[in-house]
Amino acid sequence: MLLVEIRPDTCDFCGCCVGVCPEDAIELREARIDIIEERCTNCAKCVWACPFEVFLFHTPARKERVE
Amino acid sequence: MSGEAYDVIVVGAGPAGSTVARWAALGGASVLVLEKDRDIGMPVRCGEAVSNRSLETIVDIDSRWIAATIRRFRLVSPSGHVVEPDLGGYGYVLERRLFDYDLARLAGEAGAEVRTKCYVSGLLESDGAWTGVRYEYNGREQVVRGRIIVGADGVESRVGKWAGIDTTTHLRDMETCAQVTIAGADIADDACEFHFGNDVAPTGYLWVFPKGKGKANVGVGISGMASKRKHALRYLEDFLKRRYPRASVLSTIAGGVPCAPTLDTIVQRNIVLVGDAAHQVNPMTGGGITSGMVAGKLAGEAIAATVRADDLTTLRNYEKQWRKHQGNRHRTYHRMKTAVYGFSDEALDDIAARVLQLPPDKRSIWGVFKVALRHQPGLVWEMVRTFGL
Repeated sequence: MLLVEIRPDTCDFCGCCVGVCPEDAIELREARIDIIEERCTNCAKCVWACPFEVFLFHTPARKERVE
Repeated sequence: MSGEAYDVIVVGAGPAGSTVARWAALGGASVLVLEKDRDIGMPVRCGEAVSNRSLETIVDIDSRWIAATIRRFRLVSPSGHVVEPDLGGYGYVLERRLFDYDLARLAGEAGAEVRTKCYVSGLLESDGAWTGVRYEYNGREQVVRGRIIVGADGVESRVGKWAGIDTTTHLRDMETCAQVTIAGADIADDACEFHFGNDVAPTGYLWVFPKGKGKANVGVGISGMASKRKHALRYLEDFLKRRYPRASVLSTIAGGVPCAPTLDTIVQRNIVLVGDAAHQVNPMTGGGITSGMVAGKLAGEAIAATVRADDLTTLRNYEKQWRKHQGNRHRTYHRMKTAVYGFSDEALDDIAARVLQLPPDKRSIWGVFKVALRHQPGLVWEMVRTFGL
């Protein structure tokens, strides 16, 4: 289950998250960002590294409630 | 497979990528540069400061690139002590949007082909060898073959990853940055200001670099570990509110700088990494423009020689040259960074107060470090050995 959520409107597409992602699980185009769900291990490094707080990290319980 | 083919494909048209392309093309190789953004040099994710000496050795400087000439550093401690070390030289704050453009132009004039809006999405593989790249242009997938592929893809460094090199930056070593260009502020045109302290920029620094006519590049870089508590943009907003509440903000940009030792592997078969992608940023200062260009030139020359000789082992010369000229320095800078960024506010204030007691002629950058690291004599000796001080 993907616990990382992106708020694309806040993203500046700087690549900081891609640089710390150990799984190469983020596709970053000039003005578009996607997480590749099959590769993401929910390690949350992108959540911490982001200068603009683009990422949200949900606990599994909360994620289930939302869904 | 049909289609286009080049001796060299360079992924990324920053200063490192354009410099590789230029020197490879000057050495006779056919070169294609693929840049994912629509406009080279934009957005500017950088403090834009360089020392004149390091820039002069690598390129003929065009006065249009220079927004301000720097003669002073102002190091501001948490409680507001200001140390102005003697620089023993001077520096520039660049206009990266013009600078990067011109470096790409120089690559083009040397014979390289530069294309924007090309998003490289993977390597082509054939019989266990990397034979080119896949890229998207305007929504269409394309392929191009290349004998040598250069990852100049910056902090993301995915080309290396696709080739099996571990290019991931540890969270601790990733300086996560937020920056603005402000205007209408009272800013000295000849001084770069650095602010330190837990409230301003824990495990990093906040910079105020003048860009002429009351403009400045102001930014914060903090370690990814510190960013867990509070993100870079918040630190920057807090500082601007305190210090420049009425200034206009002309741009707001995010960025990431890998402040780590150079990767163990920067050449793997026909794959070459340069610049931020190879972790060639000076880990102490976070400055990567000139070190990326130095590496770019070394790589470009080695690539041209490899193409001429048709012998991949020649490519190793790039790695050897880099290690010889910069390898030890980067390792030492990284250790210095790790030591300095661990200081408490009290320690930083104490260092500033002690430096201010030195006679003015001893207040060099080196003098500041000698005071700062006096509890770590081993590191001071390492600095002496590495930098020949």
